[in-house]
Amino acid sequence: MNNVLVYCELTENNHIADISLELCTKGRQLATEMNGRLQAVVAGSNVQHAAAELYPYGVDEVFIADDTRLAPYRTLPHFEVVLKVVNEQQPDVMLFGATTVGRDLAPRVSSRLRCGLTADCTALELGDHTDTLTGKEYKGILHQIRPAFGGNIVATIITPEHKPQMATVREGVMRKEVLDANYKGTATNVDIAGCLDAADKAVTIIRREIVEKSINIKGASIIVAGGYGVGSKENFKMLHDLAHLIGGEVGATRAAVDAGFCEPERQIGQTGVTVRPRLYIACGISGAVQHRAGMDQSSKIISINTDPNAPINAIADYTIIGDVCAVLPMMMDCYSNNLK
Amino acid sequence: MKGLKIVVLAKQVPDTHNVGANAMNADGTVNRAALPTVFNPEDLNALEMALQVKDRIPGTHVTVVTMGLPKASTIISDSISRGADDGFVLSDPRLGGADTLATSYALSCAVDMVGDVDLIFGGRQAIDGDTAQVGPQVAEKLDIPQITYAETLVNVDEKSIEVVRRLADGIEQVRANFPCVVTVTGTAQPCRYPHAHRLIKFDGAPVATRNADDIKPDLERIGKKGSPTKVKKIQNVVLAHKESQQVAPTTEALSELMGTLIAEHII
Repeated sequence: MNNVLVYCELTENNHIADISLELCTKGRQLATEMNGRLQAVVAGSNVQHAAAELYPYGVDEVFIADDTRLAPYRTLPHFEVVLKVVNEQQPDVMLFGATTVGRDLAPRVSSRLRCGLTADCTALELGDHTDTLTGKEYKGILHQIRPAFGGNIVATIITPEHKPQMATVREGVMRKEVLDANYKGTATNVDIAGCLDAADKAVTIIRREIVEKSINIKGASIIVAGGYGVGSKENFKMLHDLAHLIGGEVGATRAAVDAGFCEPERQIGQTGVTVRPRLYIACGISGAVQHRAGMDQSSKIISINTDPNAPINAIADYTIIGDVCAVLPMMMDCYSNNLK
Repeated sequence: MKGLKIVVLAKQVPDTHNVGANAMNADGTVNRAALPTVFNPEDLNALEMALQVKDRIPGTHVTVVTMGLPKASTIISDSISRGADDGFVLSDPRLGGADTLATSYALSCAVDMVGDVDLIFGGRQAIDGDTAQVGPQVAEKLDIPQITYAETLVNVDEKSIEVVRRLADGIEQVRANFPCVVTVTGTAQPCRYPHAHRLIKFDGAPVATRNADDIKPDLERIGKKGSPTKVKKIQNVVLAHKESQQVAPTTEALSELMGTLIAEHII
């Protein structure tokens, strides 16, 4: 069947998570191009309301598994639910969020179905493919696009002979957009009688401590981001000062996070958060493709870098060639003076 | 109490901080021979957790398994010098070009070959792909439970393990009965250093190798043949050059820039 199936995650408050609505928005677009239906699977406890949350995003069919054993998330009970829906519906494409849940569940599903799974895609498109060896042609298969390996390449991955074509996508990479507030789909309860008993016993949750996110760079309209070139955790304080002054948040590259300059929650890029702020100030960031994938849709970009040839400069609106430690204090002074 | 039987899955990975121009083959697979290599960092965290189990349960045996080129034998000798009991390199051209599905299948065959394993540890993900797929896929192939994102070992006895998982917005303490797969995050305890006496004893000692025949796989399911994902194309990233405006790092120029941004209501 030419259908697209999205595995939907639930928030702590039992609502459909943003990442899943982003995937539904993308899935709607793919399903329309494929002349198919957009399907969603939701597994949880007391989740009948989920269908109404999903319809506006263009979901045609919602499969609901409602059982106390399905919340909070555990691998095997959710695995059984997804397998049942996939085996019954035989979707062409299946999408998961690249979250702690999706990255736990999707590989297990792909392994059972013996199909491919592309992690952390930054774009999903339909396209054709001709196998150079066999000459066999494939029409409208999923092109799973992701930056790969050490920097400056982008790979297009395909799984021509296997269905469903499976991919995970990080939160924020796709846009969440209501298709039609009055869109109506159908909801079906998944018959899970019997299939959870063994899965329920495998892993026991003894305690959970979930904290509200204190850092929200995804929603920030101004981001001051630092790379390895900032040099130290102490120097990163200047980024916080500037962000505080102009009403922004601090972000970082993976290299800066790995070096311990900044908390992992602030990481921007393919394996971090994708942001689209009004202003992005890149401090000491060279601009590897994985980082740019997470910020290149920023409206205005300022790059501050000692290296005039840094790749980030090519996508910057303003380039300041200089040392971050010298430029940032000057910028803060100039900002304050301009406001007088 | 009877000791446990543990397998640690470890990978020798290209040092992605040092990638040269010939890093990729024409077909889009990684040219591993051309790259400097390191012990995948999170696999060291996994080895440490396995050794912590061994510390707590006497008689536990830790076997390290790595799949890769013959030079990956350093992963095994390094692991043994840090406290693992033994290990082997699974190396065979027929295993090459494998995606995560074919890799996890081969590794699950290797675990079966070891036999009667209680616990399988591995890093959450490898730095050359960041997919985090192989751990859960090995668990599925062996049809046993998985605990991903493990950060702290809380408790272990002769039939179950209890760990704290690190989630995006909190933690979760879980218990699973054996056998099970545990994948360990980089935030877990770093691996202990090699013991001097073990280094002297084992350094340069031959490392066992196994080939595809030893693990008795379905040959259709390993290597490139067993990999559903294909790389359709690799593109060098062409940057869409914007009309980038140079701003001198002077008070005058920066003042003008800040003035413009304020006037345009950007800041």
